[in-house]
This record gives sequence, structure tokens and C-alpha cells, in this order.
Amino acid sequence: MAGSGRRPEHRGPPELFYDAAEARKYTHNSRVVEIQSQMSERAVELLGLPEDRACLLLDVGCGSGLSGDYISEEGHYWIGMDISPAMLDVAVEREVEGDLLLADVGHGIPFRPGMFDGCISISAVQWLCNADKKSHSPPKRLYRFFSTLYTALARGSRAVLQLYPENSEQLELITAQAMRAGFTGGMVVDYPNSAKAKKFFLCLFVGTSGTLPKGLGTECANEELHQAKFTNERTRFRNVKGKSVKKSRDWILEKKERRRRQGKEVRADTKYTGRKRRPHF
Amino acid sequence: MKLLTHNLLSSHVPGLRPGGGFPLRIELGRPSELPPEPLPNSESDEEFLRRVHHVLLEVEVLEGSLQCPDSGRRFPISKGVPNLLLSEDEA
Repeated sequence: MAGSGRRPEHRGPPELFYDAAEARKYTHNSRVVEIQSQMSERAVELLGLPEDRACLLLDVGCGSGLSGDYISEEGHYWIGMDISPAMLDVAVEREVEGDLLLADVGHGIPFRPGMFDGCISISAVQWLCNADKKSHSPPKRLYRFFSTLYTALARGSRAVLQLYPENSEQLELITAQAMRAGFTGGMVVDYPNSAKAKKFFLCLFVGTSGTLPKGLGTECANEELHQAKFTNERTRFRNVKGKSVKKSRDWILEKKERRRRQGKEVRADTKYTGRKRRPHF
Repeated sequence: MKLLTHNLLSSHVPGLRPGGGFPLRIELGRPSELPPEPLPNSESDEEFLRRVHHVLLEVEVLEGSLQCPDSGRRFPISKGVPNLLLSEDEA
């Protein structure tokens, strides 16, 4: 891809970046096709669509129809929106199954309320964060996008948006506007520990507050890193340096065990072992 | 653009009345055969359903424009793809 190592969003607006040459290169690059297909598969999986029927999906930033092809393979119908005429030309050439619209999603999603059973977007939403024109205000555009998307989706459906956030501020900006628009949900991160494989999927729910799906490549032990737990207990240094805190019941039991192993005479462990005594004991 | 998609589209020009911007009027660049009016009481008639399926999913508008009923704004359609881009003053 042109300018490898630098973000394409910095090189200009998407309708200029994805010109005819880039559109052709993009669609014929086998690595790109492979990655887009995998991400589309994961996004559709995260949508949690009913198993028995065909659904109508919106593909935001459909480009040359790589993600749309996967949706069609799964037996669903789709309508795609993209801002680059060159990319859409390639899609028309490839005779994709879905209908295509040349549009800027920052201006809104032009559909009647509740029309879609779901929405996916592959590698597109981060383009909304850049002010490509003087009149652009990214937060306003993001809000317009999310609020009109919310309206166009049916109750109980989801939007799964795969994106490449530049930094955590961008991530927060995007998530904040989505929540303002009425969505619930959050970020699902696949392979968070790999720089190359790490992928962000913004999972948004309309109406119901479902449980957020787990990211791939996370072991159960790491679960706590992705969720904030709220409890009422005050925990005071339960394990300092890997050992039990001195004088706690655990420590006392461990010490008694150590002395038993040394062959010394030790009192039996009872419910009174390490019990808190009255203050003036 | 399939007619089913046209059924779902509404104008996203800001400032329209609630429920406005729908339905967009199709203006055809080239005259083509339009399907006949549907017969009444035909929901279970398979022939009718087949014709509806054909109209919704197999008839495509290739050239023409869509007109917003409230603002009068026209969106051109070329090679089957409607152009819904708004100018910066409109958005």
C-alpha cells in the first residue's frame, strides 16, 4: 500500500486517497483481500444475527465490495455506502450483489427508521476523525453519523465497526459520540497483546443492553484487564510481594505448616486460629 | 439501484420536517417498462409474489435521478449508483 508505515488518513481525504489507481491496487492485493475477508467474517460473527433467516445489513465504507462479498456468501442482503467514486466503480465492475450509494456518512445515514437488521464497517470509521475540509468538525460529523445510524437500525440489532484508531483520544472521541447517540456496548479487542494482529471492533447495541462479546486471543486470567470491577470491599494489600501479609490468618496457617514440616510440635488448626481478639487482649 | 433500496431511502438533507424526505421520486433518464399496478387481494397468490419479488429485487434503476419531495433537491443516479453527496453548505 502507498506510504507504508504512515496512516493513510494523514495523506488526505478518503475520496482522493482512494483514486482509481489505489482502488485497483487495493482490490487486487491478495493480502488486503485476505485481511478484509477475515475482519468481515469476525464482524458478522459479532453481529449475532439469527441463524435461520437472511438479514438486511448496512456496510459503511463498503469500498470495492470486499466485505460485501462475504455478507453475500453468508446469504444476507446488503446496501453499501462509500465516499470514493473510484472504489465504487470497481465494485460495480465486480458485479457485487449489494446496492451501492455514493455518500459521505458524516452527513448522515439516509434511510427510514428501523430498516436494517445490522450494520458492519471495515476499516472506515477512523476517516471521520479527520477534518478534511475547513467546515468539518469531527465530533459533529461523528455524532451525525452515529445518531442517524441509530435511527436506521432496527430495535435489538447491532452495529459492529472495525477501525484503526490512531490513539486513545480518538478512540474516546468515537465511543463518546456513539454513546451520546443512544448506543450501548463497547470495544472488543482481538489479540490485544500482538502489535500486528490486534484489531478493534466497536460493538454497539440498539435498545437492548447485551453482554459484550469477548475478544479473541485473551485467556481467562487476562479477563480483568478488559473489564473494570466494582466492589464495596476495602482490600488492603492482600498479597504483598507474593507472600501473605504478615500476621494475617493465612500467614499464621502457613507458618504453622512450615513448623510442622520441621518436626516441631504445633497446635491443631481450629476455627480459633488467627481469630481477631478483643482490643484489650 | 434496486427498487427495494429505493423503498428504504429517505433524504438526509438537514432541516426537513419529521418524516419528511420520503419517498424520493424516481425520475428516469431513459423510459423503460414500468411494472403494472398490483392487483388487490393478492398476498397469497404465488404469481403475484413472484412479480413483486421481480419488481423489488430484480429491476434496477441505472440512470436517472431521485428527487426529495420536501426540498426538491435532486440526487443523480449513474451506472446504478445514486450520488447522495451533499455540498458543505447543505450539510
